[in-house]
Amino acid sequence: MTPASPSTLVERLDHLYEFDREPVAESKLQSAGNFIGVYSGEHIAGTEFVIGPLFVAHGVSAFDLFAGLFVGNLLAVLSWAFVVAPIAVKTRLNQYWLLRKIVGPNLLFAYNIVNALMFCFLAGSMISVSATAVGLPFNMTMPSLGDVYPNSLTWVVVVLVVGALVTALAILGFEKLAHFSKIAAPWMALVFIAAPLAVLPQLGVTSFADFWRVANEKIWTGVPLAGQTKFTFWHIAFFAWFCNMAMHLGMADLTLLRYARKWQYGFLSAFGMYLGHYLAWISSGILCAAALGNVAPGPIAYLGAGVSGAICVVIAGWTTANPALYRAGLALQIATPNWKRWKVTLAAGIATTLAALFPALMMKLLDFVALYGLLLMPMGAVIFADYWLIPKLRLQQNFAELQNLPFSWPAALTWGLTLLLAFLLPLEIFFKGLPAWFFAVALYLGLSFIQQKSFAGGKV
Amino acid sequence: MKKMMFALSLIGLALTVIPSVFVFLNQLAWQTHAHLMLLGTVLWFAAAPWWMRDVKK
Repeated sequence: MTPASPSTLVERLDHLYEFDREPVAESKLQSAGNFIGVYSGEHIAGTEFVIGPLFVAHGVSAFDLFAGLFVGNLLAVLSWAFVVAPIAVKTRLNQYWLLRKIVGPNLLFAYNIVNALMFCFLAGSMISVSATAVGLPFNMTMPSLGDVYPNSLTWVVVVLVVGALVTALAILGFEKLAHFSKIAAPWMALVFIAAPLAVLPQLGVTSFADFWRVANEKIWTGVPLAGQTKFTFWHIAFFAWFCNMAMHLGMADLTLLRYARKWQYGFLSAFGMYLGHYLAWISSGILCAAALGNVAPGPIAYLGAGVSGAICVVIAGWTTANPALYRAGLALQIATPNWKRWKVTLAAGIATTLAALFPALMMKLLDFVALYGLLLMPMGAVIFADYWLIPKLRLQQNFAELQNLPFSWPAALTWGLTLLLAFLLPLEIFFKGLPAWFFAVALYLGLSFIQQKSFAGGKV
Repeated sequence: MKKMMFALSLIGLALTVIPSVFVFLNQLAWQTHAHLMLLGTVLWFAAAPWWMRDVKK
């Protein structure tokens, strides 16, 4: 006899995550070496080919870039180490089950849908990235910084073909792709070193002593391209800190770090930040300058590494797009009763490919990445407040689970009002995350106090 | 077999990165670097799965 299939939205969602419902067992904990591999692999991705050139386009100076990336990446590492890892190793639960205890299953459903939509857009931008390399042999006109709509019929055809392949592979499975991604990671890291080295002589760098002068005069000149805002040290530092905000302050990496033997493994994220973000963003910026300001990933990688560079862009885009699309399909499956996984992934893939037709998705990647983190961050602030601060106020942790509440209104209001505040703050999107995080923590504490004191006549 | 594949994949990585150093030092033409890098790429992806699969197991 087979067990009854789950029928309600909540039952379906729980069923999906059933396999890792329990805290991670001692025997399943992973070594530091595994974390170094995962972090290095995850942060050398298709996005790196776009972000470095966009910094060049925004006219950052060389000092601001190097110093801003150093500080921002350091703050990101500290966020992983001091915010996520301690909770991860104490609870050993993934983000889904911990959040379910705090916010209730119905609110968690809404969170999952927002997360899925963000994954779709991320996958879409990576399909665009891959298309810029696939289009090279066809002399495709590359999209430029200001392009919003498809710029040629070739672009449309190439994006549709790449999108169809990515979707088909996401339907066929994830395990083999994840393994392929691990194989590709060390090679991709070396492409990011080799490609800029090979173009530096074209920029006038013939010895290491020349580098800083050329960096200031020809690469990170401090002058933005027409129509682009000027980036400073603070833009770079905050972007580097918050581009993975969903993972650290948003707590998505609880799911990863719950396998850590010690909370100090959070510091191993430095391998992703400094090998990936620091090195790769500098490398792709150098390639962009050598390509005279061209920001399309395919041509700039070809300029540095020839066919291998183009292959690297396709693989980097593909290995980022595929898991994103797979995860989006997984999350959206909950909302589509009786749909098979392949059908949901196909629908997500079609929507994603249509979005990828618009180059603006790729060219506005900095804003999209910042928005992605901001949208999901308030729930991480809720987890932080519930775990560390709620007991200090003599309130109950995991109140939704304790009272069997399907929907935590303090968490829902915290999410909504934090996003409203972030929207109203007269700051650029890169700077909104920090004040919004403190606001979210304070608001959740206040609202939880009201909820729990009023619950059952003040007895909780 | 596994040791041979491991050695070949290391050669692949070396061919991916070392020629670019010689381009930087003006000791090698860019086109040669691109050809050697492609050879390195093929070697890496042909050989690495043989031993990386074992590591995973």
